[in-house]
Amino acid sequence: MNIFVEIKESFIIAYNAITGNKMRSILAALGIVIGITAVTLMQTAIEGINRAFESSIGAIGADVLYVQKFEWFGKEDFEVYRNRKDINLQHYEFLKKYIQSASSVSPTVGSPRTVQYGSLSLESVFVIGTTEEYQKTVGLNVDEGRFFTSKESEGGYPVCMIGTDVKNGFFNNMNPIGKIIKVGSYSFRVVGVIEKQGSMLGLFSLDNRVIIPITKFYKLFGTRRSVSINIKANDLNNLEETKEEVKSIMRKARKIPAGGRDDFGVNEQAAFKDTYNQLTSLIKVIGLLITGLSLIVGSVGIANIMFVSVKERTKEIGIRKAIGARRRTIMIQFLIESVVICLGGGMIGLMISFPISLIIDAFALPTAMPLWVVVLGLFISMFFGVLSGFFPAYNAAKLDPVESLRYE
Amino acid sequence: MSTIIDIKNITKLYEMGTEKLYALKGVDVVIERNEYVAIMGPSGSGKSTLMNIIGCLDTPTSGDYVLNGKDVHEMDDDELAEIRNKEIGFVFQTFNLLPRSNALHNVELPLIYSGLSKTARIKRAEESLANVGLADRMKHKPNELSGGQRQRVAVARALVNNPSIILADEPTGNLDTKTGEEIMALFAELNKKGNTIILVTHEEDIAKHANRIIKIRDGMIESDTYQTARH
Repeated sequence: MNIFVEIKESFIIAYNAITGNKMRSILAALGIVIGITAVTLMQTAIEGINRAFESSIGAIGADVLYVQKFEWFGKEDFEVYRNRKDINLQHYEFLKKYIQSASSVSPTVGSPRTVQYGSLSLESVFVIGTTEEYQKTVGLNVDEGRFFTSKESEGGYPVCMIGTDVKNGFFNNMNPIGKIIKVGSYSFRVVGVIEKQGSMLGLFSLDNRVIIPITKFYKLFGTRRSVSINIKANDLNNLEETKEEVKSIMRKARKIPAGGRDDFGVNEQAAFKDTYNQLTSLIKVIGLLITGLSLIVGSVGIANIMFVSVKERTKEIGIRKAIGARRRTIMIQFLIESVVICLGGGMIGLMISFPISLIIDAFALPTAMPLWVVVLGLFISMFFGVLSGFFPAYNAAKLDPVESLRYE
Repeated sequence: MSTIIDIKNITKLYEMGTEKLYALKGVDVVIERNEYVAIMGPSGSGKSTLMNIIGCLDTPTSGDYVLNGKDVHEMDDDELAEIRNKEIGFVFQTFNLLPRSNALHNVELPLIYSGLSKTARIKRAEESLANVGLADRMKHKPNELSGGQRQRVAVARALVNNPSIILADEPTGNLDTKTGEEIMALFAELNKKGNTIILVTHEEDIAKHANRIIKIRDGMIESDTYQTARH
């Protein structure tokens, strides 16, 4: 017997059976519709969160190391970190002098301050003190004007770069270059605008900032604060070696005896990623389990309907068997019917979740339903079609022809 | 004449709990090609069981059954399905057509199970329907046809795969006398063309159309007589 003829016939039978019982088929498929909608939306949301994270994390720079008093996501007690000596500019200068495997090094200090322009005022603008090398170290692009020069940096000139939030807050369409703004109560001349950075994990804006020479920062706002030293590695692939080099130089700079523990942290983007992955993998598993439950409920519904369908068509099965349908033929017939219902439900689910993903994209998270989620959705529908159809189909296949023919 | 059905000492045992019931207690039947046989017997006589075994819908508890040279008493479900498809054409009292399919598709169905191509199927199904005088009713569904027409569709379906035997179970039971006579005339014609027909009935009038009458009672053959058929 030709299996393709059988399968084709089964599709026709399935089509007739489903359209012959429209309401029942729709209700049966409803569980799968909801399940697929939930699962694909969940995946799409996870994808969106991932994308948001990836774009945020880009600001940290994969090839940049951050030497700081604290370790990101460190496991020590807070006391241990707090009692460490501050990192100061001498450490930075020492590191800059000896390091071989870095293309640029820059120190940063920062604190939130009120910034004013004329009568306009912005609260909690993050003011960063650094050197001209900062631009290269963390890869900032300048939108308008320029970054401050090494002369301005070393001389502690009252010049500043502003983020786009500050620009929009003060200047609208005006050219901000050359304007004087007040940081705290001190005047700074704007020399450049930094390209828009977006926000860090959607929590705080990276554009709400003012960058000034670190020497000026120290002079105006005091030196009793720990510096973060930013080091851009020569080669991303040798980041580990750079990290080791930074450690050994810092140990010398901090005069740590052999065998003593590091009293500083060398941080990198990977730490963020690891923590993020740990956190989100749990969320993903739980989310998919919960949404997956709705698929199982849907599957039970379809299995139930398939049992009814087999019972109702006992006579038909008897007739088909009498004129030569094998077990396999009957089995395929009902399996295909259940797969068609599930696949139909899955497609409807995708048709519902796709526009919702566009809405999410427009209002909440930058996301899009990836093709693989669509394919996965259809695959899952098919899987549940086979799963829920199997036992009813098996029951139908092993019906006794004599008894089925007698069934009314 | 060549032998088409050779049944030797067939028994069928039904066990219901502790109760054992022999529906057939050792039946021997030999039917030659192109015979027209009526199997008769009151209800509970075992004639339905015999018919189911002849039709390969059921298997005997013991005994041998050779159909058209093939040993069928030891076949499994799928092998029996193929035998039913190729060797046997069923005509039932209640027609047993698929209600949602039109006449043509009902007749086409056995050919689907034998894996014929669409064009070959349609051609043969149309021929078969034309043979029973339904060339103009092919697209009608069973509920759009009269009882006689439905039974003709069933006969066309039974014939479409050129089976060795046509097995008719009370084919006129749901028809009025006149339509019943028409169907019986159709069977006579088919028999004349060379088909082997086995008719299961409890009506003497219907059995008269056959050349041979086998009477069953209490699971055994009571009589087996040849007669001149009255057409």
